[in-house]
Amino acid sequence: MNAAPAHGTLSAPLVVEFPFTRSLGPVQSAFLTGLRERTVLGVRTADGRTLVPPAEYDPDTAAELRDLVEVGRTGTVTTWAWNSAPRRGQPLRHPFAWALVRLDGADTALLHALDVPGGPAQVRTGMRVRIRWAEERSGAITDIACFEPAADAADDSTRPAARPHSGAFADPVHGIVAEARLDYTYTPGRAQTRYLEALARHRTLGERCPGCRKVYVPPRGACPTCGVPTAEQVEVGPAGTVTTFCVVNIKAKGLDIEVPYVYAHIALDGAGLALHGRIAGIPYDQVRMGLRVEPVWTEGGRHPDHYRPTGEPDAAPETYQELL
Amino acid sequence: MTIRNGLPEVAVVAFAQTAHVRAADDLSEVEMLLPVLREVLERTGLSAGAVDFTCSGSCDYLAGRAFSFTMALDGVGAWPPISESHVEADGAWALHEAWVKLLTGRAETALVYAYGKSSAGDLPAVLTRQLDPYYLAPLWPDSVSLAALQTRALLDAGGTDERELAGIAARSRNAAEANPYAQLTGSPSADALLESDHLVGPLRLHDVPPVSDGAAALVLAAGDTARRLCGTGRRPAWIRGMDHRIEAHSLGVRDLTDSPSTRLAAERAGLFDPQAPPPDVAELHTPFTAQEVVLRKALRLGPGTAVNPSGGPLAANPVMAAGLIRIGEAAERVACGEARRAVAHATSGPCLQHNLVAVLESDAAADGPGSHGAEEERG
Amino acid sequence: MSTATRPGARNKEPVGIVGVGQTKHVAARRDVSIAGLVREAAVRALEDAALGWADIDAVVIGKAPDFFEGVMMPELYLADALGAVGKPMLRVHTAGSVGGSTALVAADLVAARLHRTVLTLAFEKQSESNAMWGLSLPVPFQQPLLAGAGGFFAPHVRAYMHRTSAPDHIGALVAYKDRRNALRNPYAHLHEEGLTLEKVRSSPMLWDPIRYSETCPSSDGACAMVLTDRAGAARAPRPPAWVHGGAMRSEPTLFAGKDAVSPRAGTDCAADVYRQAGVADPRREIDVVEMYVPFSWYEPMWLENLGFAEEGEGWRMTESGATGPGGELPVNPSGGVLSTNPIGASGMLRFAEAALQVRGAAGAHQVPGARRALGHAYGGGSQFFAMWLVGDRPPTT
Repeated sequence: MNAAPAHGTLSAPLVVEFPFTRSLGPVQSAFLTGLRERTVLGVRTADGRTLVPPAEYDPDTAAELRDLVEVGRTGTVTTWAWNSAPRRGQPLRHPFAWALVRLDGADTALLHALDVPGGPAQVRTGMRVRIRWAEERSGAITDIACFEPAADAADDSTRPAARPHSGAFADPVHGIVAEARLDYTYTPGRAQTRYLEALARHRTLGERCPGCRKVYVPPRGACPTCGVPTAEQVEVGPAGTVTTFCVVNIKAKGLDIEVPYVYAHIALDGAGLALHGRIAGIPYDQVRMGLRVEPVWTEGGRHPDHYRPTGEPDAAPETYQELL
Repeated sequence: MTIRNGLPEVAVVAFAQTAHVRAADDLSEVEMLLPVLREVLERTGLSAGAVDFTCSGSCDYLAGRAFSFTMALDGVGAWPPISESHVEADGAWALHEAWVKLLTGRAETALVYAYGKSSAGDLPAVLTRQLDPYYLAPLWPDSVSLAALQTRALLDAGGTDERELAGIAARSRNAAEANPYAQLTGSPSADALLESDHLVGPLRLHDVPPVSDGAAALVLAAGDTARRLCGTGRRPAWIRGMDHRIEAHSLGVRDLTDSPSTRLAAERAGLFDPQAPPPDVAELHTPFTAQEVVLRKALRLGPGTAVNPSGGPLAANPVMAAGLIRIGEAAERVACGEARRAVAHATSGPCLQHNLVAVLESDAAADGPGSHGAEEERG
Repeated sequence: MSTATRPGARNKEPVGIVGVGQTKHVAARRDVSIAGLVREAAVRALEDAALGWADIDAVVIGKAPDFFEGVMMPELYLADALGAVGKPMLRVHTAGSVGGSTALVAADLVAARLHRTVLTLAFEKQSESNAMWGLSLPVPFQQPLLAGAGGFFAPHVRAYMHRTSAPDHIGALVAYKDRRNALRNPYAHLHEEGLTLEKVRSSPMLWDPIRYSETCPSSDGACAMVLTDRAGAARAPRPPAWVHGGAMRSEPTLFAGKDAVSPRAGTDCAADVYRQAGVADPRREIDVVEMYVPFSWYEPMWLENLGFAEEGEGWRMTESGATGPGGELPVNPSGGVLSTNPIGASGMLRFAEAALQVRGAAGAHQVPGARRALGHAYGGGSQFFAMWLVGDRPPTT
């Protein structure tokens, strides 16, 4: 989390990552379990088409589809693209073709990778390909490692047709875990950069709206009620008043704070609205509205670690009612 | 007000956009958005509170933060509270929602805005998250690769050739030289472009849009209010019709060389009205060159229609705003008298899955020169 | 061109609700995909309306942040399951109020006479991830929220108690009432048969003043409605509910002068709806309310905000039993958000339950003779509001 010197505003990496747990429903469960067993299932529509991969609902009629069939593991490329620089998460590490493949017996095409060591010159629409199975299969689309060229010159008439399948397998998979990680660069913008730079010197700079004259802390670039930029910097605090609070008795995920503790709204002196912070240095059951507090910093902290009582008399209610 | 085609008259009366850039990383989203909001409000003389309805389009996945649109609302000045809504989609769909609100008669004016900092994440990877989460998303097929599959299908079907695609790229970026908001301007000749290597074959770099950060806003108004707000010397761009249609999600069940949803939306929007002349201008949401070929066919555009005179998404592609910008650009051509009839298109989803078509007209296009003159006197 | 007619003078098409469907809400629907979940509600709404997929002209869908399921713009993937192929499909996202906003956007399509019959849905499949993860993605430079979702709202509850001198036990009364109501709603997530008021009162204090039993659950669920015009309503097999008023209001997230206890956006939104519906005295003229109460204390707070009680008197109304079953103004006879919370669908469930009440179709939790009902949703930092008022008769204006 460093300033980007080129333009003086802050930026920092932001990673959004979660293992999503997806339940499948019967059709997708059968299809993905089938892949684990090296069996490819499709689904038949009322008008006799075979959709592979199997859809739960007919794209044309919205009818629920449950009539499973087994199709071939060899098929025909209907279109392709050469991916010379594979990205994170894609099926192969080395250059490969993305391909839509219509498996024998199917009327629609499935998207997957096609491994052709000879490069794009060896790929063409209409080429015959077959599934290369992953060595370890768990019941996921990645159980197909990729497609690979098939030396199969058979004409359409000799190819296997789809045949009925119950969809039943031993130990079916009902869910998948979909790991998803995306990397972002977060840029908080000019107003927050100004605020954060001052905060690093333990000074709190709000910004005043040229219209309503209210002081915003932290400033967000615009006065939210007037819709105009704020620019005039105004130092507020360091002390402030607790306007309201709650006592937190359960640990929040990822926060290493001993419970119970007080989470409070604090109106810093001179600010037009309250910000939030933790109150310490006083028993939690003695925190009250109107309590006067000041920030306590820890080494290297970007924000005050907590606020503690100043020892001043409590603020009169009329001084903070508008900020509540 | 006049009710035409069974619908009341609603017009685009002001449009503003940012100068689109590769990374607006010195600005927060609201800082990027604020100037265009101020610009359209000032041009119409409206305050946020005087606007009857506000609707925006943006996407949390672009920002990497949940509820990212709530902070953008700071730029509007929503106090006292305003009648407001948001779509998790391109701003063109926010415009559709606002248009409908005006059609109900519950509002006479609407502010529509959209923004996207496509640079925040790795856009082609981010867009994989909008794919079927069971069969597709686990493979991380990026948006450029999917467009390449569509382009190959069109090439295979004889619907285009690489030279035509390079020509589209060159024409778009050369046209963008006249667009002060464009990000990529000017282009080598089509022949020169074809000498470059493939990026994701059959796509070359020129077939692919830039990654852009940007925002746009426009104001809609009904009937006489539209005439009053659009400003001296400018004409309301009447929305003659607007419609959107979605297709099946899976690429393997669609004919990637055609866009039946665009054709249907255009038909419903009145584009093919036999009484009306062909559009003078088409602003098409075509991030990839081959998509222009697909859409020209679906929209039945002939040589008399200038396609993407702004340069289109190949010159600036702020995701979530790029579709709204097409409508704004088309409206601008009508507003300044350059076009009497224009068509705008916006798309969403992989390989043109979801398409919106708006037909915009000046008074003249619909009512003939006589009534047009009368309108100008009133203005 | 005529200049005499103003747009407002053009009559809107009356909007009827002829189909309502919802899933049985549970912590985790492990037997269905996301599409399967949403589809289940849609099919029930169509069955209620005796319509098929081909009868639907457009689909309007809403949900809360996409990060909850990890699918960006999931309507793209859901188009096939919802019979939307070849139709307009619009996605709305207005934070917690989204279920309500979505229904209002759908109603406008009919009111504007753009479409005759519209399917509207909202859903959340919270079990795909973890709502608190989705709600609190770490943002660089920002101070982390120091408490969970309840911690965000608890200080406002304390402010309400302070402002009105409400006694401590009011929240428990609401929680007990709503959880008891849920026992009469077969679709509700929480069915706590043995719950007593004492158990609510003695449940762990999580974010003082909010106890565990006063917080909403995390649910998988979906809700759907079929909205149609006069002609469509005339063909419906069961009595329609009619939209008499609908509005959205928004105010900024955080601003100087914000009243987080009784946000002006809520008051303004309700006033707009009452004006449209010709309601002068909401407490007397409205028979039942489905309001968005994720933490028990929000019932008395919203009673005041929505004009059912004088300022400072909401808790007295709750305490008096007026909002209970058989009371003068039953609130959340379905069990409400405190019993069922698929976040993105929670607002639409309020709207749909209001419609069920005036259709006389609410089953065991029917309020006898309900003729006018308010559905209420809110979201964000108490900043986005969506409401509709539905009646058993078509609107006269």
